[in-house]
Amino acid sequence: MISALFRGGIHPPDKKNLSAKKPITTASQPDTVFIPLSQHLGAPCKAVVTPGQEVKKGELIGEPGGFVSAPVHSSVSGKVAAIGEFPNAMGRMVTSVVIENNGRDEWTILKDTPDFDRLSPEELRGKIKNAGIVGMGGAAFPTVVKLSPPKEKPIDTVILNGAECEPYLTADYRLMIEHPEEIIRGLGILMKIFGVPRGYIGIEDNKPDAVEKMNQALQEKETIEVVTLPAKYPQGAEKMLIKSITGREIPPRALPMDVKVVVQNVGTARAVFEAVRYGKPLIERVLTVTGGGIHEPRNLFVKVGTLISNLIEECGGMREDAVKVISGGPMMGFALPSPDVPVTKGTSGIVVMSEQEMVHAAEFGPCIRCGRCIEICPMGLMPSMLSIYAEKGFYEGAKEYNLFDCFECGSCAFVCPSKRPIVQLVRLAKSMVKP
Amino acid sequence: MKSEKSGLIVSVSPHIKDTETTERIMWSVSLSLLPAVLMGVYFFGPRAAFTIIASILSAVLSEYIFLKAMKKKVVALDGSAFLTGLLLGLNLPPSVPFFIPVIGAIVAVIITKQLFGGLGYNIFNPALIGRAFLLVSFPRLMTVWNEPAAAFIHLDARTTATPLGILKEEGVIKLIEVFGDKGNLYSQLLIGHRGGCIGETSILALLIGATFLMYKKYITWHIPLAFLGTVSLIAWIFGGQEGLFTGDPLLHLMTGGLMLGAFFMATDYVTSPSVKSGQILFGTGCGFLTMLIRLKGGYPEGVMFAILIMNCFSPLIDRGFRSKVFGAVKKPAKGAKQ
Ligand code: SF4
Ligand code: SF4
Repeated sequence: MISALFRGGIHPPDKKNLSAKKPITTASQPDTVFIPLSQHLGAPCKAVVTPGQEVKKGELIGEPGGFVSAPVHSSVSGKVAAIGEFPNAMGRMVTSVVIENNGRDEWTILKDTPDFDRLSPEELRGKIKNAGIVGMGGAAFPTVVKLSPPKEKPIDTVILNGAECEPYLTADYRLMIEHPEEIIRGLGILMKIFGVPRGYIGIEDNKPDAVEKMNQALQEKETIEVVTLPAKYPQGAEKMLIKSITGREIPPRALPMDVKVVVQNVGTARAVFEAVRYGKPLIERVLTVTGGGIHEPRNLFVKVGTLISNLIEECGGMREDAVKVISGGPMMGFALPSPDVPVTKGTSGIVVMSEQEMVHAAEFGPCIRCGRCIEICPMGLMPSMLSIYAEKGFYEGAKEYNLFDCFECGSCAFVCPSKRPIVQLVRLAKSMVKP
Repeated sequence: MKSEKSGLIVSVSPHIKDTETTERIMWSVSLSLLPAVLMGVYFFGPRAAFTIIASILSAVLSEYIFLKAMKKKVVALDGSAFLTGLLLGLNLPPSVPFFIPVIGAIVAVIITKQLFGGLGYNIFNPALIGRAFLLVSFPRLMTVWNEPAAAFIHLDARTTATPLGILKEEGVIKLIEVFGDKGNLYSQLLIGHRGGCIGETSILALLIGATFLMYKKYITWHIPLAFLGTVSLIAWIFGGQEGLFTGDPLLHLMTGGLMLGAFFMATDYVTSPSVKSGQILFGTGCGFLTMLIRLKGGYPEGVMFAILIMNCFSPLIDRGFRSKVFGAVKKPAKGAKQ
């Protein structure tokens, strides 16, 4: 199928070749895991274990604190060493459960459901909810919330996001190559929940082998279609993906469900399958450790709560010229103040950047009104005006220019010849005015 | 910002950026004018070269001194003052006295650019204001046109009239007569063998530079095409002496400062609209005003004033022609609360 394509977008060097050929390998057992009880937007969890208690792998350790929340499970077998405040990737202190790993990987009792095809949508939602599944593409929004739209918002299309448009990252790519069946079965479950007849998997055309693998795995399933999308950042952003596949545009400030669509990441689909079929909670995930600042880029299967510094060690450590560690991709990820923070359910990658790859942000010039940012903004905004107003402190002016429609994809700052920190200025403005 | 504990750099996304820089754009545009510089010097001799050099040096130097004096960060070598000086030089008659480019550059860089807040904040194209100021203050000096000699021995080349001047005063028959025949007229105009400002005469050289800029995507077709298209249309309809629809658009395209203006001055990022639809309106306005002055005004050439007038409207056009927000059904009415 040929896609409709969204307007704008950029082509940053994708650097995926650093890790694309590396099969997923399981990271070595961490001695200790630090599992934050708050891994996403919404209410933090309440701990249901106490220090000193023995826990098994997959055992519940945190109960959801509200509707927009997801339970947290132990990713190792061992003993709860402490429950206390530890830094998360953003540098904030969050309540975390520290568990000493006994290395035996003993699972708690999981409920196997070989005939999961017979489960009702309600039962399926329950399993996904109990498994603590959240969006694994980065946002970490509790999946069950997305799967429970209000009655007046019917869904007619489920889309799996296999675009992986962030440069460097290859975790979703490897998953599609190595576990295509599970992803497709996960999509089947999501389609069943909504009772929709059609599902799509969107993959960028720079991953032809992933398209092929997924198509092979599909066999005769006529209800699911793999859509090859032109590689262009931010193809994987929900709004752009929906536009490219269905031609529908989500109005400003609306949600995918307002155009009858639900989008899930391919990794999430696999987690959904494992939760429904094997009763497995979301305690491990695939992520890419890569970048010019690391010795051996790899795709790793990692336990949630493993320290990022451990993973960096596992990949041969940082090179001499490493200057920055990013959680997520280089376009929308955030720089870590310290690598001694845990992997969470939403960590899609760790990019260690070398001096050479970095652009030093300190020096930036005035806006020369070249219009490049306006040309490429996928949201059709005028980033130049946003940045000029925010820089001068006229935040209301920035609001006039649709400040709150910016989803901070960074395309504008990428192309700006004056190296203006547009995303930073947008965030500043957003914090200064009410939407 | 650097984290104290880990020594890691912590900064806001995105963490990678394109290699394009403002400086590179400025130097590339300057480079694209090289063919025009070479042809200008070839036809008008060393005096032309001196004029261009004096103009560039004065522009860069005035920027440097101004920034130093105001204790601002000195960015005089970011290429933008160089480009302003170069454009000013190319817009001057070949044998103006030395002080002309100096005064023009000071007006361009200090008054038009720096006093408005520096690069990015000026409303008018600096080089054009510099030239307009000179034209108004020294009208005689600014309208002495050397005959292109391509002969370096004759430092005191004879003076001539520009084709546009002849067209305006004596009509197209006379113009063809001066050049021999129509074919010769076109070919001479194409290579630039005619009286005029140093950098405006060689259409061929300017087109080479413009092609380079478009190929590198430094400029797009929107402004130049709208500009040239409007000029052609009006020239064809109203430019003839035997009534409507008898004008010669080609003649209007290849004379005066139109090519230089349409590709290299009207496209100036800072002083033209940023949204493509607005750029088309801007280019059309430039074309209309150019022809209004050429056909009805007191000056034979109208490109400079046309662009300057449209410069005033750029902020307004930018306000009216916003880009379409993703998912928005209609542009919200002015002042409408969402
Ligand atoms: S960060 Fe915002 S303003 Fe910039 S390109 Fe992305 S959506 Fe547009
Ligand atoms: S890309 Fe940068 S310099 Fe160009 S208009 Fe946008 S903000 Fe201004």
